[in-house]
Amino acid sequence: MSIDIDTARRVAHLARIAVAEDDLPALAQQLSGILTFMEQLNEVDVTGVEPMTSVTPMRLKRRADVVTDGGYAAQILSNAPDAREGFFAVPKVVE
Amino acid sequence: MSELSKLTLAEARDALRKGETTSLALTEACLSEIEGAARLNAFVHVTPELALDQARAADARIAAGDAPAMCGMPLGIKDLFCTRGVPSQAASHILNGFRPEYESTVTQKLWDAGAVMLGKLNMDEFAMGSSNETSTYGNAVNPWKVDDRDLTPGGSSGGSAAAVAADLCLAATGTDTGGSIRQPAAFTGIVGIKPTYGRVSRWGIVAFASSLDQAGPMTRTVRDAAIMLGAMAGHDPKDSTSADIPVPDFEAMLTGDIRGKTIGIPREYRMDGMPAEIEALWTRGAEMLRDAGAKIVDISLPHTKYALPAYYVIAPAEASSNLARYDGVRYGHRARLAEGDGIVQMYEKTRAEGFGKEVQRRVMIGTYVLSAGFYDAYYNRARKVRALIKRDFDEVFAQGVDAILTPATPSAAFGLGEMQDADPVEMYLNDVFTVTVNLAGLPGIAVPAGLDAQGLPLGLQLIGRPWEEGDLLNTAQVLEDAAGFVSRPAKWW
Repeated sequence: MSIDIDTARRVAHLARIAVAEDDLPALAQQLSGILTFMEQLNEVDVTGVEPMTSVTPMRLKRRADVVTDGGYAAQILSNAPDAREGFFAVPKVVE
Repeated sequence: MSELSKLTLAEARDALRKGETTSLALTEACLSEIEGAARLNAFVHVTPELALDQARAADARIAAGDAPAMCGMPLGIKDLFCTRGVPSQAASHILNGFRPEYESTVTQKLWDAGAVMLGKLNMDEFAMGSSNETSTYGNAVNPWKVDDRDLTPGGSSGGSAAAVAADLCLAATGTDTGGSIRQPAAFTGIVGIKPTYGRVSRWGIVAFASSLDQAGPMTRTVRDAAIMLGAMAGHDPKDSTSADIPVPDFEAMLTGDIRGKTIGIPREYRMDGMPAEIEALWTRGAEMLRDAGAKIVDISLPHTKYALPAYYVIAPAEASSNLARYDGVRYGHRARLAEGDGIVQMYEKTRAEGFGKEVQRRVMIGTYVLSAGFYDAYYNRARKVRALIKRDFDEVFAQGVDAILTPATPSAAFGLGEMQDADPVEMYLNDVFTVTVNLAGLPGIAVPAGLDAQGLPLGLQLIGRPWEEGDLLNTAQVLEDAAGFVSRPAKWW
């Protein structure tokens, strides 16, 4: 399966990465190359095989559903490109 | 005295305990080596004040007679580990300026044990690469050289490998998602172990592919790997995939006795076009283990061929999800916006400016294989193949195989820039011998085993049973002793 320019444009948008129109053909070609490589997987008989979810057979630990951490908003915001009045600031989302 | 930076962890520990040197002296020696090694571009953020403070504290602790093995050891830390107040940007422009407010579990454990941080080490951006050429800091350079070319130290832990091989630090942390500890270790003639998935906490390590990532030590000897892994490993409530099982004394398990062990030689690793030197080294490695009393058996891991394509579905899929957090809101780079740009433009421009080309490609591939209509065809199929790859290993271990011997890499270190025009898939082939181990969650170790005809180091890989790093390290030490690899890169930098 090869990726055409429209698909490359759509994938870039889904990934939220701006790609210039001029760069789309090369991108489509590279992505197609990688997908062709992946297509070897179609040779494998996977009938009756469950997709692996956890590489080690372990049961994830549980703990009481209580707050165990928090209360340091200033530290959370300390690396933000734009933080104001205790919030992350972003361009207007809703008109 | 620059000789101090050449010590192994074991030698330095013994010297410190006997009072023959101090952590301060070791640390100053390393800082001076780092200063003289800018050409290698291995250290990208040096933290001398922190290092000297930690060294003085370590010396006080050693004087008080209560010092664990890692106490006073000057280390380099891969840039992927979050270190409080110190730049930690996964070698990506998108994390420019990021100084974490917290410390990764692994580095915290090392500091608690008294280790000293010299600084942060170069790597491929977000650990995506096999040559350290995708870093926002520029290429790290291999201290090994055979002509006027600069060679790659491998990747993604290229800075870690270069720093340990060039004696800039006594040891370093690395991480390994598809071979990122073992391939650079092999390219630079050092030891690197990827532990069993779950042995070491991933908390505070910038995530690439969460079901494959595992941190481990990169050291000059197998004994050092045993010492340092012991300090890094252990259950962490903050990583739900970290295993709540005891960490044995790995160093104590280095008995040198592998009589009666069964070592498997997987026929599927004999690749077409494999250089004769690597094939010969592999055969010699098997002979060394046989001479030490192990039984060598031929085994089959029939799905080996499909490991790389499965990996290049699963790893980018997980990466596309993990890297969604880099959106210009909470940390790092945010693009300058044009009049009228909304939040979507902010995301798209920030990520286009912040991520390098290889990271962008992998995020997009991951997005594609997870998108509606393709999820089953690619992602689920890859996870099924992954189950079969793990089953291959389960079966040979059930037949009584204790460890598996393979080459570590399909070639010696290549020149920086030589793969520039290659298809991305060609670079991916570097991981052909290592990636199966991540997919199956197993421990794997690269041991330097010889030089090729040009004089560059070549490594062998041993793969162990889950949670049996101690046994694996013991076999690795037997191989290390028999191979007797003592070559060091001549200083040119």
